[in-house]
Amino acid sequence: MKPTSSTTTPKPRLTTSAMIASIAAEGQPTRPAPFGHALIELARRRPEVVGMTADLGKYTDLHVFAKEFPDRYYQMGMAEQLLFGGASGLAAEGFMPFVTTYAVFASRRAYDFIHQTIAEEDRNVKIACALPGLTSGYGPSHQAAEDLALFRAMPNMTVIDPCDALEIEQVVPAMAAHRGPVYMRLLRGQVPLVLDEYGYKFELGRAKHLRSGDDVLIISSGLLTMRALEAEKKLEAERVGASVLHVPTIKPLDVETIVAACRKPGRAVVVAENHTVIGGLGEAVAAVLMRERVHPAFHMIGLPDEFLAAGALPTLHDRYGISTDAIASSVKSWL
Amino acid sequence: MTVQGHNVSLHERARRIRCHALRMGEVQGQGYIAQALDIADVLAVAYFHAMRYRPEDPEWEGRDRFLLSNGHYAIALYAALIEAGIVPEAELETYGFDDSRLPMSGMASYTPGMEMSGGSLGLGLGIAVGRCLGLKRKRSDSVVYTLFSDGELDEGSKWEAMMSAAHHKLDNLIAVVDVNNQQADGPSGQMMGFEPLVDKVRAFGWFVQRVDGNDLNAVVAAFDAAKTHEGAVPRMIIADTVMGKGVPFLETRERNHFMRVDANEWKLALAALQDGSRQ
Repeated sequence: MKPTSSTTTPKPRLTTSAMIASIAAEGQPTRPAPFGHALIELARRRPEVVGMTADLGKYTDLHVFAKEFPDRYYQMGMAEQLLFGGASGLAAEGFMPFVTTYAVFASRRAYDFIHQTIAEEDRNVKIACALPGLTSGYGPSHQAAEDLALFRAMPNMTVIDPCDALEIEQVVPAMAAHRGPVYMRLLRGQVPLVLDEYGYKFELGRAKHLRSGDDVLIISSGLLTMRALEAEKKLEAERVGASVLHVPTIKPLDVETIVAACRKPGRAVVVAENHTVIGGLGEAVAAVLMRERVHPAFHMIGLPDEFLAAGALPTLHDRYGISTDAIASSVKSWL
Repeated sequence: MTVQGHNVSLHERARRIRCHALRMGEVQGQGYIAQALDIADVLAVAYFHAMRYRPEDPEWEGRDRFLLSNGHYAIALYAALIEAGIVPEAELETYGFDDSRLPMSGMASYTPGMEMSGGSLGLGLGIAVGRCLGLKRKRSDSVVYTLFSDGELDEGSKWEAMMSAAHHKLDNLIAVVDVNNQQADGPSGQMMGFEPLVDKVRAFGWFVQRVDGNDLNAVVAAFDAAKTHEGAVPRMIIADTVMGKGVPFLETRERNHFMRVDANEWKLALAALQDGSRQ
């Protein structure tokens, strides 16, 4: 055995977080494939529900639906333009397609097809896309840093960024209850369970207060709400009181709740999102506050305007400032 | 709806479709008139020989669907919808004006009988695949027709949809390609070679026919064969057409995607069609 010159424990070398990497921290409670199971529940009640994908059923949790309802499942091949055009056609014939792929392919490759055949024609198509924002370490090809900006800009489109397994289970029937196209960011696989301890209930178009504190208000969506809640605990231990306002519906935005929360004097406002700082929740909130003449100290936590690196998600989330530690330390530096 | 039922010949239907299109072109002073004239015979056969529909109820569930993928041909489809009694003839005076139900590019929410929004080329065949899947799921015997242009063959989405239609055995799909060999920047074959088209589409698993799209008898035979073909495969009719067909001075005009027609020429073109009807 070779002697080692170092007495400290070496830092573990983290491997690339590719497509099936879980965003769950070690020991965190999770639920498997919440989207797929919620869709099965919905489909039992709604015979018009069908599932469609472009060679990514297994990677978007649609495979559990396919197994339960093989004759209501359409494998369209690796052809995203066809996928969304076909979904428009099925919706025009009275069906309610739930369509899955990766967020990069829906937002970038098939944008015009969604814009014209689904949004412009106002078809009742529900789009659920995995790997939103920075949830893959595979590199820019699979990192949908700008999906919210693109879908926010599309008329008729409702945009949802759920936080955890519990919320996804509630979003699926809410998507069906809303008539018209919806884009949902999908967390897949073993999805963390977080919001159960906050007595949370999803309502389309509504922002929800999860924590209240007097020093800072963190407005967040999706994965970053999970991180904001963890950061809030860290900050509390350091006697910094943080409020957390979760905004799962990016469009239409709950302007009333957001403005009311930001009006509270003496509190800095931090918007945190798993998305480029361009065109997402941060800029949406900033515009609302300008229009309403509410001017708190305002900060944004989000992905930088650059092509993101490949690597391990924990490394990348630290590097780009969206890990729990990075959020807590940014917030402290701004107070 | 059949020719016999109305006692009007397909030749006369096609001529009237051309006239309606020219009148719309005249009120707006522009329009994709050369394409409307080239496709009028195909539309006459579709709406007065092949398709099942109720003029008074354009959304009747039992109708055959007609998806106009090349949205700039809207002027032609409006002419057919007017001739079919789905859109009132008086409305052609509004073509292309603000708040009209007849915008220059076809859009689903504007016009009765317009099943999809075109404009961005390459969308229609994919939508048609979804429509056909939906109709089969409903056990409907309605047929989905879709029209697109040779230029659209440049779009990869068309070939995705062609593969898919064969994969899903969509025998309720009849696609018509208008080969007028003209797209925005010049002759279609020079922009991106698409021949041999019959062989290509056949290799994709379709039942393919190629006909003179301005020969009414040939077009009728092709639609009949497409409808009655036995195989569980999608069907394509490749229609070779002449831009400006029916108006001799437009047929010989320098070929252009957006053909220039001078203000005084609309009446001359209509007159040429009236003369044609007396031959």
